Amino acid sequence: MAFTTTKSAFWKGMRDSAPFLLVSGPFGLLFGVLAGEAGLNVADALAFSLAVFAGSAQFTALQLLQENTPIMIVLISALAVNLRVAMYSASLTPYLGDAPLWQRACAAYLVVDQSYALSVVKFETEPEMTVPQRMAYFFGTNGLVAPGWMIATLTGALVGAQIPASWGLDFVLPLAFLAMIGPMLRTPAHLVACFTAIVVSLPAILMPYNLGLIVAGLAGMMAGAQAELWFERRLAVQAGTQQANKQETPS
Amino acid sequence: MNGFTPGELWFVIIGLALGSFGLRFAFIGFMGGRPMPDWLMRHLRYTAVAIIPALVAPLVVWPSTTGGAPSLPHLAVAALTFVVGYLTRNVLWALLSGVSGFLLLFYLAA
Repeated sequence: MAFTTTKSAFWKGMRDSAPFLLVSGPFGLLFGVLAGEAGLNVADALAFSLAVFAGSAQFTALQLLQENTPIMIVLISALAVNLRVAMYSASLTPYLGDAPLWQRACAAYLVVDQSYALSVVKFETEPEMTVPQRMAYFFGTNGLVAPGWMIATLTGALVGAQIPASWGLDFVLPLAFLAMIGPMLRTPAHLVACFTAIVVSLPAILMPYNLGLIVAGLAGMMAGAQAELWFERRLAVQAGTQQANKQETPS
Repeated sequence: MNGFTPGELWFVIIGLALGSFGLRFAFIGFMGGRPMPDWLMRHLRYTAVAIIPALVAPLVVWPSTTGGAPSLPHLAVAALTFVVGYLTRNVLWALLSGVSGFLLLFYLAA
């Protein structure tokens, strides 16, 4: 029956997502610890994770808050880091767009790197899935990761309150971000975006209100987009000359 | 040490919650199947790989733990974390090497 198959889709999603606990667990823990270091109490830290549920945006906001950044800049920067979820949402729409509004609203809250990556591959490879089954699978991918993120934040915040500031834990945050960046750099255009942003960000710290971050980020995005066009054009030219060569030597 | 008031913190938490939800709901909720303009998607693809490095680079070059003085050990640990992540394509290995490097820094300083 339909009910049992949606149910099994949920469990399948949950099983597929289990390995991601190894990633979201440590990062949630780290967020809790750093939030404690920054002066957030346990309830603040947990509320932060519950309300926002977006690791990189949470880390960004936490860092900028400690640098006395004007709060509008904190918000804009953290949301900019999270712009990619808008892309995920756009790419899930063809698969989930026909579900009831309340389900889509719940699903929207749960769009994160893990749930998106697992679901989009599943939906592409199994086009016969019904919309309720897809929705069940999508919710399943968050069945462990979302509670795991909250529990890890809570644990981290409880532990973090005991750690003295002299440990210099501040430096773990850039390290956490660096760990995330490496695996994201899949194409030459990604590398161009990344290194342009780095080069611009260093002199840009002289700009007031931490605006340098936004300027460097935009510079990186534009460089990445232009590089993508350039690489595409070069590939097209190469393919064209190869074809021309073949035609000249019809052996 | 913390340069923000509880009011500012809650403003950021609530603003981020609404903003992040808005970003996630924008397309699933409103757009339906309408396609987005190519130039916009092309720029959006590079947000994370541009903004995150832009945030991190100054923190690595002028670490707050040394009071902002450039430090070769910090730079080395940061480079290690990045390179491990890039080569293994695995966040967890990168984070592990970063944390090990950090512990090394910690013991060197103590």
